[in-house]
Amino acid sequence: MSATPSLKPDIPAKTPKVPRQPMPEQSPQERRHNFREVPYGYTPEIAVVEAMRCIQCKKPRCVAGCPVEIDIPGFIKLIAEGDYAASARKLKEANALPAICGRVCPQEDQCEKVCVTGIKGEPVAIGRLERFAADWEREHGLVEVPELAPATGKKIAIVGSGPAGLTVAGDLAKWGHSVTIFEALHKTGGVLVYGIPEFRLPKAIVQAEVDYIASLGVKVVTSVVIGRTMTIDDLFEEGFDAVFIGTGAGLPYFLGVPGENLNGVFSANEYLTRSNLMRAFEFPRADTPIARSRLVCVLGGGNVAMDAARTALRLGAEKVTVVYRRSRTEMPARIEEIHHAEEEGIELQFLTNPTKIIGNDDGWVRAMECLRYELGEPDASGRRKPVPIPGTEFEIECDTVIVAIGNGANPLLPAATPGLKTNRWGNITADAETGKTSHRGVWAGGDIVIGAATVILAMGAGRQAARSIHNFVMGIDTSWPSQ
Amino acid sequence: MHRIVSHKLLAPAAHDMVVDAPLIARKRKAGQFVIIRMRELSERIPLTIAGGDPVAGTIRLIYQEAGKSTMEMGLMKEGEYLADVVGPLGKPTHIEKFGTVVCMGGGIGTGEILPVAQACAQAGNRVISIVGARTKELLIVLDDMRETSDELLISTDDGSFGFHGFVTNLLQQLVDRGEKLDKIFAVGPVPMMRAVCNMTRKYSIPTEVSLNPIMVDGTGMCGACRVTVGGRTQFVCIDGPDFDGHQVDFDELTKRLQAYRTLEKEAIEFWEKHRCLLEESHS
Repeated sequence: MSATPSLKPDIPAKTPKVPRQPMPEQSPQERRHNFREVPYGYTPEIAVVEAMRCIQCKKPRCVAGCPVEIDIPGFIKLIAEGDYAASARKLKEANALPAICGRVCPQEDQCEKVCVTGIKGEPVAIGRLERFAADWEREHGLVEVPELAPATGKKIAIVGSGPAGLTVAGDLAKWGHSVTIFEALHKTGGVLVYGIPEFRLPKAIVQAEVDYIASLGVKVVTSVVIGRTMTIDDLFEEGFDAVFIGTGAGLPYFLGVPGENLNGVFSANEYLTRSNLMRAFEFPRADTPIARSRLVCVLGGGNVAMDAARTALRLGAEKVTVVYRRSRTEMPARIEEIHHAEEEGIELQFLTNPTKIIGNDDGWVRAMECLRYELGEPDASGRRKPVPIPGTEFEIECDTVIVAIGNGANPLLPAATPGLKTNRWGNITADAETGKTSHRGVWAGGDIVIGAATVILAMGAGRQAARSIHNFVMGIDTSWPSQ
Repeated sequence: MHRIVSHKLLAPAAHDMVVDAPLIARKRKAGQFVIIRMRELSERIPLTIAGGDPVAGTIRLIYQEAGKSTMEMGLMKEGEYLADVVGPLGKPTHIEKFGTVVCMGGGIGTGEILPVAQACAQAGNRVISIVGARTKELLIVLDDMRETSDELLISTDDGSFGFHGFVTNLLQQLVDRGEKLDKIFAVGPVPMMRAVCNMTRKYSIPTEVSLNPIMVDGTGMCGACRVTVGGRTQFVCIDGPDFDGHQVDFDELTKRLQAYRTLEKEAIEFWEKHRCLLEESHS
């Protein structure tokens, strides 16, 4: 590859001969003992080579595959041309948090899944390029505060500072509104700080994104629980013109099997919160302790399960086993996370599910009894339903069980807000196009509406809600669906 | 940041702290709690709100040194600041006009039963309070309890003050003298609450206990505080902290409260060593 590539974007190449560029990363032997980020990211040289693999489709399928419709060929072209800062600005036209999405989006199910170069070869590494451009901008101090629209005098409250809330806040602030974010925890970022570990999403990057949102004039109030410290109605009385609820999916599911309350059984939320938010990996310098585990079982097959397993390993566990009731194909985790986990020595046990957790006399976990499963007919989710095979009970010895089988809707805020309708799972009912809830002046979006999903979907919902809120407070569209 | 307005020693290792928290002072009801974080790298610790002044914008917290964090907090002075005070969390205690109510506090739990007794009195109940401690010097907030109760009974395990025995003995006396008891609220160490429940179950007196398990976020997000009540798992932070004491699995609660015993000891040792080094370097 020459250093100054000449691009011919309008002529689709044949199958690119240049392979998809791997991202340099810490070796598995090294990283399983530290919490530093695993991949180092692309160098500019690698990024340019990878960017040139994009054939600049006239009708890019990748854009349609992106929940926030980033101009993917556009930002990649700018990388290929060496204008990384412009590339980052292009990304930010559609995505307020590219450094985060480049790291945590399931690209293989979205943009990269439909990439044309992926038909015969491997898709363009869109996520890695997104990360590269965003990191370049931040690391070189090129992040600019965009020009804000003149102040409208409208006050908007955002409940929750996760991906949905940050997106809404950023958009509305740019359009001249006075925005306040209320966060229940003592740190801003929601799942980005309490859930996703440092080795996958460094907290300094989240902080930079939060700082950026604050630089737009957004006020951030931590340690205020809307629904307890103040109600939604209090917010209106305080003079807010609209409220957006982005409180996430914060109520962990447990197994419903005997022994789930033994010591040594944790929700992944608890385990990860102790380590990520409370920094228990620094105990006793940090006050919050975390179990010193030897043999760990993690239940579930999603990203959270991978995060918990890899955290347990880094905290010193001898053996970590992920127990999942379906097979590898059905695992909802990003392929990269599964790959990284296996490289680090984490064992995956498929088609296995616990029937009970067995304790010792002191009330601590000593083993988990499991059944083998096989795949049957497809279920409502379209995935083949796991069916237990009778008589296949066996025990896995363990001292820790981390339950990562998903999260439901936290009932705290809906219960404290008369007139806010929820569905039978407790999720807030909101219009799919606008995010309007059954309570006039209140919008909702992200996991609290659609159930536990992804960062990017929460951001997509936030973007839609922001537009609707703007139209409402400006008197452009004050209609409210009758429910 | 929340300023410590006053901080007094009530009894050995038992503190009475008044903190600036205007929003919480306005909203808090009997039975609710806050979560406190002293500074960066501190734990989040749940403490029941013992009282408050909505006009002054302050809340009152009565707590006992139980681990490294509360020991460290005990050293904080008036005018210093706590990094975070979040709340009021949990459901308020359900209070109505029951008739005759017995409010029972064991040890530091007396500070937590105080607002419940006050709310019961305000709701027009006849309030009989029973407070107990191991020994005389550990009895706390007696004047406040006396003021709000129609009758106050006191016991100490060693007989150094009041009745020589347990709070359950005093409750038995009430039953024996023919009192019709409509509702019991009990807050204190797990063995005390369990003993109260075992007794009131016999007489079918509805009994509410306030549980204080290990918590992290206090908003339902982590599930560290789960307990079994009536055979079902409940999260104390959002489903409680008050539960029907006759349904609580106290064995499980006791074991879960000890989950970090070894690590807690380690934390204290580390802290004491660290403190000594700090003090040496300052001298």
